[in-house]
Amino acid sequence: MIKAILIFNNSAKPRLVKFFEHYPEEVQQRILRDTYQLVSKRDDNVCNFLEGGSILGDNDCRLIYRHYATLYFIFCVDSSESELGILDLIQVFVETLDKCFENVCELDLIFHADKVHYILQEICFGGMVLETNLNEVVARVDEQSKMEKQEAGISAAPAKAMTALKEMNLPQKIKDIKLPDLNLNLRF
Amino acid sequence: MSTTMDQVVKKAKDSFGPIFDKSLHDLVRGIRSHKDDESKFINEAIDEIKQELKQENMSVKANAVNKLTYLQMLGYDISWSAFNIIEVMSSNKFTFKRIGYLAASQCFHEGTDVLMLTTNMIRKDLNSSSMYEAGLAMSGLSCFINADLARDLANDIMSLLSSTKPYIRKRAVLLLYKVFLNNPDALKPAFPRLREKLEDQDPGVQAAAVNVICELARRNPKNYLSLAPIFFRLMTSSTNNWVLIKIIKLFGALTPLEPRLGKKLIEPLTNLIHSTSAMSLLYECINTVIAVLVSISTGLPNHEASIQLCVQKLRILIEDSDQNLKYLGLLAMSKILQTHPKSVQAHNDLILQCLDDKDESIRLRALGLLSGMVSKKNLMEIVRKLMIHMHKSEGSHYRDELLSKIIGVCSQNDYQYIANFEWYVSILVELTRLEGTKHGGMISLQLLDVAVRVESIRQFACNQMAILLENAHVFILGSNSSSVAEVLYAAAWICGEFSSSLKEPEKTLEAMLNTKITSFPGHIQSVYYQNILKVITHIIISSENGGTVAKDLVSMAITKMSVFLSSGDVEAQERASVVLNILKVVLKLIEKSEFNPNELTVLFDGVLNPVASKAQRKVAIPNGLDLDAWINDPPSESEDETVPSNPYEYSKQGLFSDDQRENYYNASNLSSNTGDNSPRQYTELTSEELDKQRETRKQSEHLNPFYIKETKKSKSTAQTNVSSAILDSSDRSQPAMSKGTIPAGLQLVSSDQLYRQSKIDQENHRLKNKSKADSGSAKKGKKSTRKTDSAAADNVDENLYPAIKVTRGGELPEGATESGNEDNDEEKYVGKNKKYDPHRALNIDLSEPVHVVPPLAPALAVPEPISTVTEQLTTATTKTKKKKKTEKDEKPKSKSKRERTDYKQLSPGDEEDKRVASPTPLQPPAATSTIVETTVPKEKVKKKKPKGKESTTETLTSAPLVRDIMGDDDINPMSSSNQQANEPAIYKSIAESEHLLITSSITPSSSPAQLDVTFLLKNRTSSIINQIDVHVIDSMSSKLLNTTSPNHVSFPSISVFPHAEYYIHIYFAITAISFPQKLKTTLTYTINKPSSENSKETIEFKLDLPCSQYLIKKTIDSNAFADLMSSSTLTSQSHINIPSSSQDFPSILKILCQSYRFTVVDQIASAASLYSESVLGHPIALLLKSSNGIAIDGKSTEMHFLSNLLEEMKNFFK
Repeated sequence: MIKAILIFNNSAKPRLVKFFEHYPEEVQQRILRDTYQLVSKRDDNVCNFLEGGSILGDNDCRLIYRHYATLYFIFCVDSSESELGILDLIQVFVETLDKCFENVCELDLIFHADKVHYILQEICFGGMVLETNLNEVVARVDEQSKMEKQEAGISAAPAKAMTALKEMNLPQKIKDIKLPDLNLNLRF
Repeated sequence: MSTTMDQVVKKAKDSFGPIFDKSLHDLVRGIRSHKDDESKFINEAIDEIKQELKQENMSVKANAVNKLTYLQMLGYDISWSAFNIIEVMSSNKFTFKRIGYLAASQCFHEGTDVLMLTTNMIRKDLNSSSMYEAGLAMSGLSCFINADLARDLANDIMSLLSSTKPYIRKRAVLLLYKVFLNNPDALKPAFPRLREKLEDQDPGVQAAAVNVICELARRNPKNYLSLAPIFFRLMTSSTNNWVLIKIIKLFGALTPLEPRLGKKLIEPLTNLIHSTSAMSLLYECINTVIAVLVSISTGLPNHEASIQLCVQKLRILIEDSDQNLKYLGLLAMSKILQTHPKSVQAHNDLILQCLDDKDESIRLRALGLLSGMVSKKNLMEIVRKLMIHMHKSEGSHYRDELLSKIIGVCSQNDYQYIANFEWYVSILVELTRLEGTKHGGMISLQLLDVAVRVESIRQFACNQMAILLENAHVFILGSNSSSVAEVLYAAAWICGEFSSSLKEPEKTLEAMLNTKITSFPGHIQSVYYQNILKVITHIIISSENGGTVAKDLVSMAITKMSVFLSSGDVEAQERASVVLNILKVVLKLIEKSEFNPNELTVLFDGVLNPVASKAQRKVAIPNGLDLDAWINDPPSESEDETVPSNPYEYSKQGLFSDDQRENYYNASNLSSNTGDNSPRQYTELTSEELDKQRETRKQSEHLNPFYIKETKKSKSTAQTNVSSAILDSSDRSQPAMSKGTIPAGLQLVSSDQLYRQSKIDQENHRLKNKSKADSGSAKKGKKSTRKTDSAAADNVDENLYPAIKVTRGGELPEGATESGNEDNDEEKYVGKNKKYDPHRALNIDLSEPVHVVPPLAPALAVPEPISTVTEQLTTATTKTKKKKKTEKDEKPKSKSKRERTDYKQLSPGDEEDKRVASPTPLQPPAATSTIVETTVPKEKVKKKKPKGKESTTETLTSAPLVRDIMGDDDINPMSSSNQQANEPAIYKSIAESEHLLITSSITPSSSPAQLDVTFLLKNRTSSIINQIDVHVIDSMSSKLLNTTSPNHVSFPSISVFPHAEYYIHIYFAITAISFPQKLKTTLTYTINKPSSENSKETIEFKLDLPCSQYLIKKTIDSNAFADLMSSSTLTSQSHINIPSSSQDFPSILKILCQSYRFTVVDQIASAASLYSESVLGHPIALLLKSSNGIAIDGKSTEMHFLSNLLEEMKNFFK
């Protein structure tokens, strides 16, 4: 089981928090902090697994993470998950984000936290892996976005204009997440 | 530019109105631009959101909820908006629905009370024509499903399993797992469907089913053994690595239970290992092969080959440049190590190499492997390498880890692998030079332990310790955070206790007296003072011209000792004072020439032996000592806070408590110290006592010359100054040395030296043996040489490592043995504190045929036609074999039910009672007929029936008729009746109004002579009902308990939500049971209508207490039953006859057991004896005979009760 999926940046700002078991908000924040403490002090060239210890309450917890540019992607899993498999899943997740946001960067995650959730919902379900096929996930996400757009229809047109107006004020988006070359051995 | 843009935005906002409230985008930007006053900004934003939520416009609401979801991520509690979230969830637009469900999945949990309002909405969404809406509902449910939703929606989810869209099927399968966790009863009927999905044509659905079954099987593997063939087939046919990994992992969990499976697995797994290119799959295969090999004790033909293959592959992983593979390789190695240490030891080099890795997690993993790899031969070598690493390594965490590993490796199994203790002691001494370690206490304990257990090492240890003591100042100068000074505790004690082994006791004594002891923690000081006295005693006794030496010595000691009276630690000060005064007395005696040195030795007589770790537990508790009883009154709640709540805190304090360390280098302050000790005070003191104590303390402060008072501070500091002056001068006399190191000039034996020596010894031995063997081989020829060689090697071991006597284990109280039954305190502790594990409830034997079909939805309250019930019953009971099975069946179910209920108590609102059965308990077939006569509201029947019915039949047909091979042939009525102890409560409808439907259940309470009446209130209105008040007029033989005012029980805290159910409990004390009773009961309640004012309503009804409700389920041994029958205690008798047409024998028996709470004592084909007791303890015995109808004979001590009871039965069976 995947117990939690966290994304935060190099300065511990949360970008996505998804717990598959209930924890009160303050506990969630503590877990975030603890995880950040563990992960942030590690070099980039060390292994991607960490004993989570009692970070989530019980002792069957491992942290599997990847660090891309400014962001940490962390999956807290128990012993029923394959370490290398989850590592791959993170890769799939990030690639999906990359496709859906067209060159994803931290700003995309900041301003579209909800969309990141929707994408994740196509990959993970209740702590279990739902779909690992990148194209399938992207197709489903796109279809749902289309539904939203249809619903918005004309009524949303002014709203869109508004966002367009606002966008002009945004500092130029930095497209900074670079996907490392994939280790083909690990790919499914 | 930007200003104009802002103006445009503002204009646009003004003209478009509320649609342009701050969007999520704006909120995020706002937060980002208010870095300094973020929380203020957010609080303002929340206020705005609250305004937006009040608006009717759904898009505004959804926008607000979307913002809340973002704030939730930042740690803000948004549960207050739960109702609004539900509103947004119920929107017709996908966009809004999505926002609502996302918010719900982030902040709802099973305790969220508004969830009960969502059931129908979620059901609608689940069955929506849009698969994305159904998907939304399912992924939302997966996050916040609770027991009620799981029960109510199980059928809907089950029907989604046969959806045409894989998108939905996949999710439904995964969601089933959550349903099972929250409603264990659903598992058994749903399982066949789930199993079908293993062979779904869509690989995604298949993977999901594998996933769910793996999760289930991981917790309760034995119930899933029967699926092994299917999984085996999948494993050999599937190409999906995700699925393969899951299956292989599952096999890893199954093999320990079924070794035969393991044997079958080896071949395909080895094939996969050879063929796969996916590292993740390779790794899991290796893991499972290891698990298989561990589980098979008897050797497989190519057992060794498999291990070798694994180790080889792992070596490749470890040698890989990818850190992840390296890490996992080491992880798997450690699993092999436990059973095949030899195979791992061959890769010694590789693992030692990993100690140099730049990645700390890899180093720690490698370190973990080392402990299993040591032997007598390589211990010194390995430890030497570790020592080198320790000097090289940076980062105190890793160094500490190394240190504790070294000690762990050396000390395992009572120093099993240590051949040379001198070497070990010198290693320990070297470890003390480590800067900033937190394991000073550990080293100290090791030194003590070795010195106590190994007699032959004492002299060596003593002299090494003496050197440490002479250099004790090094430890004072050492960094403050270091705990290395703890080693002086051991040093001082060893030198004192074994002072006879000291080479130069005078020098040691001098060193001890000249140290600035008072700057050490209290417990070290105490040990110092005590052992100074020991050393003095030794010197006096061993000196030839006792008198003069003794006098000089003692007077010298007295002058030095007086300095120590200024110690800041209470205990140390006390000890110093005692020692000083003993010395003064000794001096007096010497001056009078009346001194006999032997008087002094008496103080330290006897040998201290190690005490076995279990000794304390083995001490038998003397008669009359109750360890659980309070000595003083228990402390009040508030006082509790000062007592450390964690029991481990105490054990941690132990020898080297933390609070003492804190005071270590601080200015000595007596009061702060007493303050530190106060948390340990368990006894509660009244204020008067405290005052009294304060008075006496003030007085004693006055009288105590050593008490440092605020005003006299200057004096005391002067005193310390003097002492430090003395010490300073002695310090200066010694050569200056680097911080934290001991001068090489002092004869501390280096471990390296000893190591080299042992190497030389080994080499010599080898040569010697070789020459021997050579001469031998000359005679015996080549073939035998090899044998002799290995034999010789063994000899080398024997000769090289002479047996050193180590006192293992320790002293135990008389009569106790080491191997006595283990005390599992720890386990108990863990068990108690462990979070409730929902998987325990899922331990359901799935191979059992489904006889009793537990309906999934609340539809189970729907009465089934009697005919089908009886039909089922006949099939269930005609064969005794089968009957056994049914009962076996019931056991885990009823058990799980209880656990569920326990679990439910954790949810808020259910504070009224802990004994409630779950709201919709499983009705055993016979009990259903009881319900038939109760009136179930018609609308409910109408609404729920179609669905419940459908699923019931469906499950019936799909239930496999797997025969239980394990089933016993003989039937034991005793055990079967025991298993029914936790039968579900039966709810009968007793009254209703247009607002409220009341059903009730009567059960004997756990306390004697009490009945527990549970009312289940069902709110029929769409408003909240509260202020419930029950009024019952007491009768002659029953009295309402726990009343709030005479004859009244009110439940102010209860609000029954619209269309929800709620339990309330009342209790009756029963004084007589002879006659059935009807108690006039009035229930008043208030309806909170949203529109108008609240209205108070009343329902009057009669609470029926028939005689049968006075019975308690009691089991009796058949011998005891025979005794009871033959004795003349059962004076009253009664008899009824039930015509054969109405009921058959087994069903009557069942009914008597289930609704009348009788237990079967003995049963033959057509007759049975039953037993029960009344709440007042009257025994009731029944004899059932089936011959032309059924005859029931009853015996009891209470005439009226018996006849009324039988009358009731007769009416019932008519």
